[in-house]
Amino acid sequence: MLDAAEKKRLVKKARQLRERIVEVTFTCGGAHIGGAFSQHDILVALYYKYLRLDPAQPAWSERDRFVLSKGHGGIGHAVILADKGYYADKLLDEFNKTGSPFGMHLDRLKVPGVDASTGSLGHGIGIAVGMALGARVTGKSYRTYCLIGDGECHEGSVWESAMAAAHFKLANLTCFVDRNGFSLDGPTEKIMALEPLDKKFEAFGWRVLQIDGHDFDAICGAIEEAQRERERPVMVIAKTIKGKGVDFMESKTGWHYGGLDDEMKRKALESIRRTYPD
Amino acid sequence: MAKAQGLTWTVEDADQMTQAEIYGAVITQMGQKDKRLVALTADLARSTKIGKFEEKIPERFFNFGIAEANMFAVASGMADAGLIPIVSTFAVFSSLRAAEFVRTDICYQKRNVKIIATHSGTSFGQAGTTHHCTEDLAVMRALAGMTVIAPADALETAKAVEAAVAMDGPVYIRIGRGFEPPLHKDLGFEFQIGKAIQLREGTDLTVIATGVPVRHAVEAADLAKQQGHSVRVLDMHTLKPLDEAAVLAAVKDTRRIVTVEDHSVVGGLGTAVAEAIARSGKGCAFRSLGYQDCYSIVGYPDDLQHHYCIDGDGILAAIGEVLKADFEADEDWADED
Repeated sequence: MLDAAEKKRLVKKARQLRERIVEVTFTCGGAHIGGAFSQHDILVALYYKYLRLDPAQPAWSERDRFVLSKGHGGIGHAVILADKGYYADKLLDEFNKTGSPFGMHLDRLKVPGVDASTGSLGHGIGIAVGMALGARVTGKSYRTYCLIGDGECHEGSVWESAMAAAHFKLANLTCFVDRNGFSLDGPTEKIMALEPLDKKFEAFGWRVLQIDGHDFDAICGAIEEAQRERERPVMVIAKTIKGKGVDFMESKTGWHYGGLDDEMKRKALESIRRTYPD
Repeated sequence: MAKAQGLTWTVEDADQMTQAEIYGAVITQMGQKDKRLVALTADLARSTKIGKFEEKIPERFFNFGIAEANMFAVASGMADAGLIPIVSTFAVFSSLRAAEFVRTDICYQKRNVKIIATHSGTSFGQAGTTHHCTEDLAVMRALAGMTVIAPADALETAKAVEAAVAMDGPVYIRIGRGFEPPLHKDLGFEFQIGKAIQLREGTDLTVIATGVPVRHAVEAADLAKQQGHSVRVLDMHTLKPLDEAAVLAAVKDTRRIVTVEDHSVVGGLGTAVAEAIARSGKGCAFRSLGYQDCYSIVGYPDDLQHHYCIDGDGILAAIGEVLKADFEADEDWADED
């Protein structure tokens, strides 16, 4: 269970990093900001409480793996990796610039701490299945975590990977669905219906947990539940809000991707501080 | 040949084995010695012969069912764990169905994965065009960081597999279905990735071939010799990196080149050699044999090789035509004053 002090620490970290996402989005001219905010609290819980990592050794063979299968959330991942000390935060000023190591979708060979170069949807979960299988073959104890988008579940390869993870009984693999309800063109249920998503993953052989993806008690509870599972991979369907924390972005299709001017940046930061007061 | 012995394997009656059988045997022996090797397939363990690995090392063998995209993504993740995945399925599924996974998860991320693609070209001719693969060399050549090898027979396949595992980085090895007669009689040939093997010396014309048609090129060169023509034969087993020095030497020494491949003339060996010739800036009569931008018809492999002029007869005819080409006297090349 999450004690009050730890929860406060995670909430504060999540707020500070949301502010940083706004600043980097302002500087770089545009980012997939809506999805970065919906996935954000899950990443904060993983990186600041659970993942066994050593930022001084990004390729440490025993490290826990994290694959951001919805690679367009790269801006959110990048600010966390900077904060964890993988590289200087100042480097984020170069986000999206010509020749920069940071594009919208992060490259594992250019950005320390990134375990897989993602961006093309439906790839990362398969890579995560390989990492989890690799741990079994090599006798390593690391765990593999993966986060997929809900729209990403339209990709057939997600279901190939889901079948394989259950077939090989990869209990060392925990995956999250960032169920914000939107893909680029609009609501997922209008574009191509996914529900009942929980029953689909259950039918594929996963243990499914459903949580509020912005509630740290629920996120941490699900991660610990998954760590106790011995038979099956665990899929945590996290109900989230696209643009969470910035009132004018929340659940707006238009904020899948966007840039910020001075006024929008000021309003976004104000909204985040209102949502997450000290 | 009773026994063939590589650095890491020994096979009885290797000259009687098909490409597929020998790679299955070699990979299995290598896997018994090197615990980093894992074998992956997509419901084609028996057809590709990687099932041999499963018989001996079941704990490092993984069958993903009929789902190639996921299999190549998984291979990327297993390589992250320090393993060397050997992924085997038909060429058409490796290079076309799963192309983006090979590109994005393996090549772009510099993952140490070896792909052994079987049933390439029209080697499974009677299966029909959905199972032919005349585009894989073009696709794989276009992937930055990919090493592309098309061995001519079983013994060359054995050496290619050994060399691929010994190097770091993605490798694509394309072989046939595996009923082709051997080219090499024994292992007394040097195989080095990126270095062509000269099988016949010649000064009038050079045939550069890759994969199964290499032995047809030798046959054609020997027939041409009886007609008084001196034809060089290069076994260009590595498409990428291409042995440009061997191509340039052929341009310089023979000024006439014919390429032969069990593949489309778009993007494969013929294209690679043509690029090298063009870069050289030297004049050279040139003809590329292969599938001429078409979907191959159904039939037995030998019949199809004849139909598409990549057998001994077809190559010999092309040699005759290219020897007649008098490009240096062509009036179109005269300077306009």
